[in-house]
Amino acid sequence: MDNKTLEQLKEKANIIRKDIITMLAEAKSGHPGGSLSAVEILTYLYFKEMNVDPSNPQWPDRDRFVLSKGHGAPVLYSTLAEKGYFPKEELMKLRKTGAMLQGHPDMKDTPGVDMSTGSLGQGLSASNGMALAGKIDNKNYRVYALLGDGEMQEGQVWEAAMTAAHYKLDNLTVFIDNNGLQIDGTNEDVKNVNPIEEKWKAFGWHVITIDGHDLQHIEMAVEEAKNTKGKPTAIIAKTVKGKGVSFMENQVGWHGVAPNEEQKEKALKELEVRI
Amino acid sequence: MAKIATREAYGAALAELGEKYENVVVLDADLSQSTKTNEFKKKFPDRFFNIGISEQDLMGTAAGLATCGKIPFASTFAMFATGRAFEQIRNSIAYPKLNVKIAATHAGITIGEDGASHQAIEDMALMRAVPNMTIVNPADALSTRKAIEAAILHKGPMYIRLGRLGVPEVYKENIDFQIGKGILLEEGKDVTIIACGFMVHIALEASSMLKEEGISAEVIDMHTIKPIDEEIIINSARKTRAVVTAEEHNIIGGLGGAVAEVLCEKYPVPMVRVGIKDVFGQSGKPMELVELYGIRPKDVVAAAKKAIAKK
Repeated sequence: MDNKTLEQLKEKANIIRKDIITMLAEAKSGHPGGSLSAVEILTYLYFKEMNVDPSNPQWPDRDRFVLSKGHGAPVLYSTLAEKGYFPKEELMKLRKTGAMLQGHPDMKDTPGVDMSTGSLGQGLSASNGMALAGKIDNKNYRVYALLGDGEMQEGQVWEAAMTAAHYKLDNLTVFIDNNGLQIDGTNEDVKNVNPIEEKWKAFGWHVITIDGHDLQHIEMAVEEAKNTKGKPTAIIAKTVKGKGVSFMENQVGWHGVAPNEEQKEKALKELEVRI
Repeated sequence: MAKIATREAYGAALAELGEKYENVVVLDADLSQSTKTNEFKKKFPDRFFNIGISEQDLMGTAAGLATCGKIPFASTFAMFATGRAFEQIRNSIAYPKLNVKIAATHAGITIGEDGASHQAIEDMALMRAVPNMTIVNPADALSTRKAIEAAILHKGPMYIRLGRLGVPEVYKENIDFQIGKGILLEEGKDVTIIACGFMVHIALEASSMLKEEGISAEVIDMHTIKPIDEEIIINSARKTRAVVTAEEHNIIGGLGGAVAEVLCEKYPVPMVRVGIKDVFGQSGKPMELVELYGIRPKDVVAAAKKAIAKK
């Protein structure tokens, strides 16, 4: 991508980060760490890559995105709002009774959410179904899924990984948000998920490892995935949990705790300087 | 008269209706010869997906296909569909209200020799407790054929309970099968027998036995367990003032539970439940198990007399 596009995407990522912090502080609960680690991935997909139309969220030919790590809802919501799927005021009602934006994504009520998720391990199977439907109907849309690294401890992920390779779903690309942390500690301490690359390769996937905060890396990987025929692609995105807010970065404690007012102000101030 | 298992009627219905309804796709978990989805596979190989021995992935994949406008039938044994993949059904299918049909075969103890590990006696209870779920348990071949077409036309998640064992015909022709509407098979005045699935023909036999003793039974095929047809239950209870339920399922949480909920709240009358009495099954010939676990016609007869005696 050219420099201008890169700068525009960085600007979008920055807005999305600030919205994540603001909406979580307002909600007083939710998951900042794993939302901030995936900002560049969603920014790239929604503002550079995916063929979608916010005014027609059910468009049958659209590209699909499944947030299998559903607790990352804030990054999805702020991206969708920034893209124009719904007004930004909705972000301030996150997790409140009667609100459209549920704690975890609900496709029935939220425009732009392609699959309801939240219980870990289920999104890849649904993505496979979408990719299979595209194959049956000879449609050109692509399906993207974002999984957490801790989520790979769910057995269903590997059932689905086997299915995607078996059916040669080259219209499917999975991102692993590899920030190395989960609720109870590091992946290594809780239950080791490594080596990640070898696992996906052994399941018949094309695997690319990138810096998940580098938009140009993401672009290269997505292009490579699109050019990979006969098998699905897994992009292992090395990320930093809590990326962009110094006191949240690499801190397990910021998995599922919202910032208070003071922390919010501090975070927003840091984010005044674009990363 | 040849007996036909509802799973066989299901396979035949899929293969037939697949022609008319191009959005129907079928998924199985390595049991297509037993669930009979292989009939569909033979005719429409491009619309059949074997997901292998992974029921959670089976349900999730079906959900994804449904988001794209397909009408997926996901089949495996009732045990693994509702047990192994319960949470996938709840969170990936029912909560988003996706148009997935879970057609589960080999339900109940009449799967026989495979034993308790494979005998789903709690599947309807599990599915009943899930919002947005519709539950259908047809009695014979013709009603299964009707149920499958009704399922295709119905928008939303559905659980279709099917059996392994051949069952006699209950219906010959012109059956008016509507989801949520019980079918009055025999009119009577002394007791109402409400049955579903495998137990419908048993209930009809029981009714004949009762008739010989001068007892007039009303028999209802309650093929839809959820939403339950409250009107037919209350109207019949008002007339007979004694109700028996008969199901090849735990007496907790299935048809008996559903009927009891309606009667207790809206029209209390004496009621007796026939079914598996909250115990696990075991290996054995299907009809020997039917005898051992007390779901024979004579068990329904005894229950009817007990209900009448409590009036």
